[in-house]
Amino acid sequence: MNKKLVLAVAPIVTFIILVIFFWFALEKDPKKLNSNLIDKPVPDFKLSALQNPEHVYTSESLPNKLFLLNVWGTWCGPCHIEHPYLMKFSQQYPVPIVGVNYKDQARDALEFLEKKGNPYSMVIADVDGQLGIDLGVYGAPETFVVDSDGKVRFRYVGVIDDRVWNSKILPVIEQVQGYPLEQVQKDAAENDSEGMK
Amino acid sequence: MMKQLIATIAILMSLQAFAVIETYEFKTEEQEQLYTDIINELRCPKCQNQTIAESNAGLSEDLRYIVYQQVSNGSTKREILAYMQERYGDFVLYDPPVKPSNYFLWFAPLAVFLVILIAVLLKVGRRRVKPEQTGTEEE
Repeated sequence: MNKKLVLAVAPIVTFIILVIFFWFALEKDPKKLNSNLIDKPVPDFKLSALQNPEHVYTSESLPNKLFLLNVWGTWCGPCHIEHPYLMKFSQQYPVPIVGVNYKDQARDALEFLEKKGNPYSMVIADVDGQLGIDLGVYGAPETFVVDSDGKVRFRYVGVIDDRVWNSKILPVIEQVQGYPLEQVQKDAAENDSEGMK
Repeated sequence: MMKQLIATIAILMSLQAFAVIETYEFKTEEQEQLYTDIINELRCPKCQNQTIAESNAGLSEDLRYIVYQQVSNGSTKREILAYMQERYGDFVLYDPPVKPSNYFLWFAPLAVFLVILIAVLLKVGRRRVKPEQTGTEEE
C-alpha cells in the first residue's frame, strides 16, 4: 500500500520538478551570456578617436565618473533601432555615453552620427575589433555600465529601449551610484539645438 | 544502394569541412594540428551550438585569426583557451571546468542515473518475490 502511494506520487513530483526547471529556463534567454568582466576594469586599449584619427584614446581618456560604454557599428541593424533611445537618454540623464565604433568604416560611422545625431561624449574607433574581443563582445549593440573607479558593473546585450533602460540600466546605475538619478529637465527646443551640434 | 548512401554521407560531411574558408600557413605541422584542435574546442559565442571551426559568423572568423596568431607566436593550448575564457567565460569552452557553478552541469546526469538505478534495483528486487506467486511470468 505504502509502495503504491510512492509510485503514484513519484511521477507527479518529477513532473513538478521538471515544470519548475523549465519555468526558470524559459525566463532565461540562452543567447544572453554573463560578462566575464563584471567588477573588473575596462581592458586597456590604445585606439584613435573616430572624429580625429590623430587623437589617441587610452583607458585614461575615459570619464572619471560613472558612464555607459556602448558598442555599435553602422553595419549593425539593431544599433540603428537603438540610436534614437541613446539620443534621448544622453539628453535626459547626466550619464556620459562612450561609443565604441566596432569594426566599422570611419566614413560610414561619421555620416551616421552627422545625420542622426551624436549621443556619445567620445567615440573610440575599434577598427580591427580587438577592444571588442577584449570586452567579450559577441553581439552588437552591447552596453556596459562602468563605475567611477573604471570597473565594469553590468553588461547588457541587445537594444536598449525605454523598457530595458527603466528595468535594467537605470536600477544598476542608481545602485552603483548609491542615490537616485535625477532626470535632467530640458525643454524640447534645447534638445533640438543640442542634437544639431 | 549502399554506394549511394556512402556518397550522400560523404557529400554531407564535405560540406561541413568546407564551412571554414580561410586557410592559414603554419611553420610546423604541430602548430597546424594545435590550431585545428583549438578551433574545434572553442564554442562560437554568437551562434551557440557551433565550434568556431564550423561557424561562418564574423566573430568566429576573428577568433580563428586570434588563435592563428597566438599559435604562430608559440602560445600553448592552455594559454589560448585561458585567453578566450577570460573574455567569453566558461561558455566558450566545449570542455567546461569542474567548479561549483558547473557542478549541476557535470553531476546532474550522474544523479539522474543513480535515481534510475535505485528505482530499477527496487523493482527487480520486488520481482524476485513475485514469480513464486504467479509461476511462469519470467522474462
